[in-house]
Amino acid sequence: MEEFIKVENVYFNYMSDEGDEQEPLSYNNVLNNISLNIVKGEFIALLGHNGCGKSTMAKLLNAMLLPTDGKVIVNGIDTSDEQHRYDIRKTVGLVLQNPDNQLVASIVEEDVAFGPENLGIDPKEIRRRVDEALKAVDMYEYRCHAPYKLSGGQKQRVAIAGMIAMEPQCLVLDEPTAMLDPKGRDEVMNTIKRLNKEKGITIVLITHYMDEAVQANRVVVMDSGQILTQGSPHEVFSNVELLKRHRLDVPQATELMYRLRGRGFASERMPLDADECVEMLDSMLKQGKGI
Amino acid sequence: MLKDVTLGQFLPGNSPVHRLDPRAKILFLIAVIVYIFITSNYFSLAVVGVFIILIMLLTGISVKLYLKSIKMILFIVLFTGIINLFYGRGEPLVQFGFLTITEAGINNAIFVAVRIALLIIASSVLTFTTSPTDLTDAIERLLKPLTIFHVKVHEIAMMMTIALRFVPTLLEETDKIMSAQKARGADMESGGLAKRVKAIVPVLIPLFVSAFRRAYELATAMECRCYQGGTGRTRMKSLHFGRVDFVSLLVCLIILAGVILCNVFLPAAVR
Repeated sequence: MEEFIKVENVYFNYMSDEGDEQEPLSYNNVLNNISLNIVKGEFIALLGHNGCGKSTMAKLLNAMLLPTDGKVIVNGIDTSDEQHRYDIRKTVGLVLQNPDNQLVASIVEEDVAFGPENLGIDPKEIRRRVDEALKAVDMYEYRCHAPYKLSGGQKQRVAIAGMIAMEPQCLVLDEPTAMLDPKGRDEVMNTIKRLNKEKGITIVLITHYMDEAVQANRVVVMDSGQILTQGSPHEVFSNVELLKRHRLDVPQATELMYRLRGRGFASERMPLDADECVEMLDSMLKQGKGI
Repeated sequence: MLKDVTLGQFLPGNSPVHRLDPRAKILFLIAVIVYIFITSNYFSLAVVGVFIILIMLLTGISVKLYLKSIKMILFIVLFTGIINLFYGRGEPLVQFGFLTITEAGINNAIFVAVRIALLIIASSVLTFTTSPTDLTDAIERLLKPLTIFHVKVHEIAMMMTIALRFVPTLLEETDKIMSAQKARGADMESGGLAKRVKAIVPVLIPLFVSAFRRAYELATAMECRCYQGGTGRTRMKSLHFGRVDFVSLLVCLIILAGVILCNVFLPAAVR
């Protein structure tokens, strides 16, 4: 597995520019000694409370913010290297929460072209990338529409297409589904998963929704600027006590099994979604295990 | 309520006028405006008038829409016409007290009214057949030479694009805020002018705050998409001057010749 993004002992605080000299230690760090390695093609879900530093983390990955201390290295380039800032931003695309505030042009295809245009790419190549990106997010037939006439999910897919058109190796999505209805959330999640599988784009998904997090290869849980725990969704969500102690949710199916365990149900694994849960309960009931 | 407002309403189509290079269209509009104002008698006015009406028909857009745009400023047309009626010198035809109507006055009135109407039709042709993005794009390219005078042409065009893009978004937001304030008992429909203006303040303040927040986020998003200003930027759609553009340029010159000939060889009706 190729090493791709490396976050090394990163500290971050928003006061760093002003630098209060009398009390240099008075501010608290948004990020507190975080280290994380991301390999190519991975699908990582980043979980945590509001204000735990998730969004800061996202902006550190594409050099929108620079660490106060420590290093973020993307493809061997340090993000503090100003000369390569735009190389990093086109390698690591960042999609924000509100699709309305990310779209620049009043026609879908012109908006998708915005990124490649900024990179100074040849017009024919831009055309090809725009068409490909719109097809990848399944919005090709809307290419001549005005963004304000689209639904939230569609707008967010256009915003993703705008990033894909720059041909990034990694997409960081900062709560892309937070402002969408359930249908829009499904559309966006399916798009993300497809991009990960078919195009091999590394995904870092920041989310509040547990059912989205379980679809990742790796779940990273953050709490007050630090990594609380990480691992496969099974590993992370099996540790229900730890998550509960930090007032974090677990997927509903996991919650159900956790409570059943409390009543003496002897399940060895924790299910992550409804299907798995049904499967487990069914086999356990048939074997006459449990109660 | 606010959804009916459309800015520079563009009506997509496939007429020769639609297909014209937007830069050419802007230049033609300027040319036609000049024509309208250099006409000095009914013949040259007729030449320009027929030309504009033919173009209007060529767009394939219903004449009703054009009439609608004239109707919006009908008051100005009539008002300037009537004022001009009393502004001619020479033999008075009719006299009410100090107001006199002369032949020159009548000519002036007709000219002014027709000129304004033609002006509106001509500019409607431009806005109806050109998408806002094409328009800003064309303006950017036409103003490009001004960069030597340190005019920030790209920035101006970018601002126009973003402004146009956010018109519907902010209108929607205004609607939402108004509903929210109404739900809390704000009264916006009754009372005198002063009271209504006051009632708008609780709508404007949240609107401004949210517009600034949007601007901040948009700036972040644009930076994420590697925006670094106009230098080194390419465009997906390159404009090119095609055969249609040259033909229309030729037609424009013929009309100019016609206007000048009519002006020179036929007696002037207005100064």
